[in-house]
Amino acid sequence: MSAHTDITPQATFAETPFTRKKRTQELIAKCFFGGMAALMVIPLIYIIVHVVAQGWQSLSWDFLTTNPRLGGAKGGIWSVIVGTLYIVTFSLCVSAPIGVLAAVYLNEYAKESWFTRIVNLAVVNLAGVPSIVHGLFGLGAFVYAAGMGKSILAASLTLAIMTLPVIIASTKEALAAVPRQFREACWNVGATRWQTIRRIVLPNSISGILTGVILQVSRAAGETAPVMITGVAVFKAVEGTGLFLYDPFREQCMALSMHLYFIATQASNVAPSLPFAIATVMIVLVLAVNATAIAFRSWLRSRKKW
Amino acid sequence: MQYQRSKTGILIERAIELLIRLCGISAILFVFGIFFFVFREGAPFLSKLNFAEFFGSANWNPNSQNHPQYGVLALIVGTFSVTGLAMLIAVPFGLGAAVFVSEFCTGRTKETLKITIELLAAIPSVVWGFIGIGVLSPIMIKYFHATVGVNLLNGAILLALMSVPIMVSIGEDALKAVPDSFREAAIALGATRWQMVWRVLVPAAKNGLLAAVLLGVGRAVGETMAVLMATGQSIRIPHAFTDPVATLTATIAAELGESNRGGDHYQVLFLIGILLFTITFIVNLAADLIVKGVRRK
Repeated sequence: MSAHTDITPQATFAETPFTRKKRTQELIAKCFFGGMAALMVIPLIYIIVHVVAQGWQSLSWDFLTTNPRLGGAKGGIWSVIVGTLYIVTFSLCVSAPIGVLAAVYLNEYAKESWFTRIVNLAVVNLAGVPSIVHGLFGLGAFVYAAGMGKSILAASLTLAIMTLPVIIASTKEALAAVPRQFREACWNVGATRWQTIRRIVLPNSISGILTGVILQVSRAAGETAPVMITGVAVFKAVEGTGLFLYDPFREQCMALSMHLYFIATQASNVAPSLPFAIATVMIVLVLAVNATAIAFRSWLRSRKKW
Repeated sequence: MQYQRSKTGILIERAIELLIRLCGISAILFVFGIFFFVFREGAPFLSKLNFAEFFGSANWNPNSQNHPQYGVLALIVGTFSVTGLAMLIAVPFGLGAAVFVSEFCTGRTKETLKITIELLAAIPSVVWGFIGIGVLSPIMIKYFHATVGVNLLNGAILLALMSVPIMVSIGEDALKAVPDSFREAAIALGATRWQMVWRVLVPAAKNGLLAAVLLGVGRAVGETMAVLMATGQSIRIPHAFTDPVATLTATIAAELGESNRGGDHYQVLFLIGILLFTITFIVNLAADLIVKGVRRK
C-alpha cells in the first residue's frame, strides 16, 4: 500500500537512460534544423549590415534630392527615384485592377472544370516565366508591334504583366478567406452574384488584397532585366527637381535598379561607396514596403470579424 | 408588390461580369502572347538555324565579321551548372528551414523567421548581383583562391539564397498538409521528433517537397540580373567551381543592347528566350501537376 502511494507523477516520469537519450536526440534535431534556418538568416543580416555600413557615408539629404551628373558618377539620385516611382505607379495601375478582377473570376465565378484548370495553370506559368523573357515580350509586343517605342509606358506595361500573376494569387487567397456563409446569407436576401461581391466579398477582403498589391511595389521597383530593354535609360540628363520630370508616353526614364546595375558594373570614376549607397536606398525601400505590408496584415488580423 | 430592378442596372451588371470574365482569361492570353511575340521576333532565323550546331557547339561568336557562330551549349551548361550548384546548397538548407519553421518553432520565433524569409524574397535581384560583386567577390578571391571573384560559385551562392524563400514557403505548406494524426501516432509510438521527421513527415510530404524544389529550380533558371553581375559572363564550358561562366538569361540581357533589330544575332537571342520559356514552362508544369496530385489525395 505504501509502495503504491510512493509513485508520484515525478517518479513516473523520472529520468531513465532511455528518456535521456531521447531528450538528447530531440535537442540534436532542434539544433540541426534550427542551424539550417539560422544559416539562411545570418547571411541576410550580414549582407544588409555590410551594405548599409558601406553606403552610409554617401547618403545625405542632398544625395537623395539632387539629380545625377556626369553619367551618374556625381550628384544625387532624385530623377532616378522619380523614374522608379513613375514605372511602379503605372504598372500597378494596370496590373492591380486586372489582377483583382481575374482573381474574382477564379474565386467567385469559375466552376470546377478543365477550363478553370487551364486558367490556373496559365497563372502559375506566367509567374514562372523568367524576367528577361518578359522583357523580350515587352520589346516585341509593346515597343515594336504596338509602336510605343522605348518608353516609360512600354516598360510599365511589361512590368504590369510580370506582377499580374502574383497579384492574382494573393487576391485569390484574400477572397477565399471570406467565409462562404457571408455569401450565402447575402444570396438568401436576394442579392445577385455581383452585388454580393461588391457589398460583402470585396469589403471583407480589401485589406488582404491591398497587402498583396503593396508587396508588389517592392518587386516592381527592383526589377531590372525587363525594363532595361523596354524603356529605362542608362543615363538621362533631367532639369529640375519636381515630380513631373518625364513624359511617360514618349520618354525613357532612369530607374533605381538600372542605375545600380550601371554604377556597379559599367560606370567609371565612381566613388566606391556610391553603389553601396544606391543599394542601401533600395534595401530601405524594400524594408519599408514590407514593413507596411506586415503592419497592415497584423492590423487586419486584429479587426477581423470572424 | 414586385420589386423590379432598373434596366440600366441589369445592363451595367452584365457588363461588369463580362469584364470580370475577360480579366479571368487574360492570363491565358498573356502566356500565349509572350510565346507569340517572342517567337515572332526570332522566327525568321529558324530557316537558317542548324540545330546540331545550335545545341551541340560551344562556339558563340555572334560578332565575328565573316563567320559568326551561334552555339549555345556553353550557355546551357552554364545555366545548369549554376542552377545545379545552387540547388546543392539551397535544397538541404531550404527544406531544413521548412521543417524547422513548421515543426520546431511556434509563436514569436515562427513569425520572425517567416518575416525574415519574406525579406529574403523581397530583395531585388540587382541588389543580389551587386552583393555578388561588392561582398562575395573579395571573399572568393581571399578564401577560394579564385582568379576572378565573379564566378560560378559566387553566382550559385546568390541563387541559393534567392531560391530558398520559395522552397521554405512551399515546403512548409507541404508539411502543414500532413495530418496531425500522423505526428501523434509517431510520438505515441515513442519516436523522437528527429525520427518523426525522417520516417513519417518526409515520406508523407515528399511530393510537396519535390514541388518546392522544382519551383526553386524554376526561379534559379530564370534569374537574370544576379547571375549577369556575379558569374563573370564568360561564354565557355566551366571546369572548376571558380571558373567564370555565362547563362542563357544573362547572355540575352548582356547582348541584346548591342544587336540590331532583325539581325541574326538579335533573332538568335529571341530563340534563346523561347528555349528559356520552354524550360521554365516544363519545370512549372511539373511542379503544378505534383502539387495537384497531392491535393487530390
